[in-house]
Amino acid sequence: MKSGLLFFIQIFASGIAVGCLYALIALGFVLIIKATDILNFAHGEVIMISSLLCYFLMAKYHFSFLPAVLTTIVIAALLGVLTERVVLRPMLGEPIFAVVMITIGLSIFLRSMAGILFGHDNYVFPSPFPKEPIHLAGVTLSLTQIWVMICTALLVIIFFIFFKYSRMGLAMRGTANNQETALLMGISTKRVFAMVWGIAFVTAAIAGIFLANVMVVNIGLTFTAISAFPAIILGGLESIPGAIIGGLAIGVIENLTGGYLDQMIGGGVKDVTPFVVLFLILMFKPYGLFGKKEIERV
Amino acid sequence: MAIRSKTFRESYYEDIKLFQTIWIRVWISLFLILLATLPLWGNPYVIYLINLSCIAVVAALGLNLLIGYTGQISLGHAAFIAIGAYTTAILSSKVGLPFWACLLASGGVTAIVGLGLGIPCLRLKGLYLAMATMSFSVVVEFVIITWDKLTGGVRGINVSKVSIFGVLLDSDNKMYYFLIGLTILTVLAIKNLVRTRVGRAFIAIRDRDIAAEVIGVNVTGYKVMAFTISSFFAGIAGAMYSYTMGYIHPEHFTLLLSVQYLAMIIVGGLGTILGSIFGAVFIVLVPELIKAIARASEVLIPALKGKYDEEWNIAAFGLLIMIFLVFEAEGLYGIWGRIKTSFKNWPFTY
Repeated sequence: MKSGLLFFIQIFASGIAVGCLYALIALGFVLIIKATDILNFAHGEVIMISSLLCYFLMAKYHFSFLPAVLTTIVIAALLGVLTERVVLRPMLGEPIFAVVMITIGLSIFLRSMAGILFGHDNYVFPSPFPKEPIHLAGVTLSLTQIWVMICTALLVIIFFIFFKYSRMGLAMRGTANNQETALLMGISTKRVFAMVWGIAFVTAAIAGIFLANVMVVNIGLTFTAISAFPAIILGGLESIPGAIIGGLAIGVIENLTGGYLDQMIGGGVKDVTPFVVLFLILMFKPYGLFGKKEIERV
Repeated sequence: MAIRSKTFRESYYEDIKLFQTIWIRVWISLFLILLATLPLWGNPYVIYLINLSCIAVVAALGLNLLIGYTGQISLGHAAFIAIGAYTTAILSSKVGLPFWACLLASGGVTAIVGLGLGIPCLRLKGLYLAMATMSFSVVVEFVIITWDKLTGGVRGINVSKVSIFGVLLDSDNKMYYFLIGLTILTVLAIKNLVRTRVGRAFIAIRDRDIAAEVIGVNVTGYKVMAFTISSFFAGIAGAMYSYTMGYIHPEHFTLLLSVQYLAMIIVGGLGTILGSIFGAVFIVLVPELIKAIARASEVLIPALKGKYDEEWNIAAFGLLIMIFLVFEAEGLYGIWGRIKTSFKNWPFTY
């Protein structure tokens, strides 16, 4: 019984670590949805490109870890602003439907460009974190996992303060609430949008760098973004706390089913669980935990 | 009869007629004669490309019905094509059913899966369907690879040849007539569907869903119906693909294929039947076009030799989607329409 409980706690803790990654990815999606109502299908590509970029900076150009991370983050932010300016700005005022499709086009374009630039090989990221796991009251966690949790928590706090107290954060909330009113109040929505895309791409870059530490770095990293969809839907699409809680929940559920069901049914249950959860949410609680049901008056 | 300057329609019936003018009948007949005689004098490679285009046209029409007419985004079209393709492959090679049974089964199974997926996702407004179908395609790929007793997993699966009334379709030329026939049937089916109440309900939902609800259209019901019909045609296209290739593999049905179909309908023209056909043929030809350009540039600039990569095709699909959405939202159909009007109204500008 004792070991059974320990097993549960162990799985739960590593689930939280995985969940933090999902939460980071979901955060990037939600920021853009909240401000601009666009689901950015190119998010996974940004994650993949930044992890590959960070790898190449370190392996080829002999950057040490922190400068490589900072360079990646700056490039990701610039890429975000550039994307907004070149791809999304011409679509201002077009139906959301068309804008979403343009992000799909962008995603496939970025993916193939990454394939041409970085190649299709698998790379092993030179992780800066030591390999020895850490034991905390019988639970074993790797240092990477602990850092993921710390960074996610820090980012969430930073975002909270940013949105709550800073002028730009207020402008962003205003724009998300109502674009026209925000314009009337003298907020430059163009600058807000550029900022939002930049920030979202930065969260993607951070998620990408952490993913690089725990997974093989290759073009396939884009698919991690798809596994964050259940987290976004569980969180209710446009709530930042929702994204965090959704991400954590999906991470824990995935690890629990992986830990318990894999022995019974055989491998692979873990990979499909988030999607099963997604369909269950859509069936029973379609607006997620924190989403508001839109009431339209005609 | 007075000279027609523009299109004069005097009744609603005239507006929804299948063939608007006598000339359309003439042109279509000429085109069909051309298609029917093509294997007699055409290049085998052209026939092969047309076979591929036929499959693409059927699937693109299905997707355009959902995206272009009903306004719901799906990113799982490849998954539905895969379900159709595997149904045919398994039923024809393991059970030995005749082709018509396989076709119907492929369409039917895929439609049922589409119905099951559509009901939870389409009750809501917005992008839930896009997210759910994208996830669905990951799940389908996973199931195909894992359930290798049935699907052959990563080894792929062989498909028996079609035989119609004792004639074995063992060459591209023979497959050609089979595929063209199915494509024409699909075009007619979709064209007629769009002319009916159901088609108008789809368009109403796309344009103003609340107004549609107010005038008595069951929005959820029709959205699910559109998704089911679109899945059905994806299944048929999958069966056609199976038969044409003779061997299928999970790698053939990735997310890239879904995006490729998306490119077809965006490039061709959303919400038009002729557009789907243009787009499908165009996207099938894009890789050939790029290969030709690559070959030409190799001759001019020797440094580019051997730089050609499949990735360029994919990049081209992404770029085409973006370019058409920004600059030519009506797609090739819009360009075609403009050319036609300028000929019709010559020598006046419009």
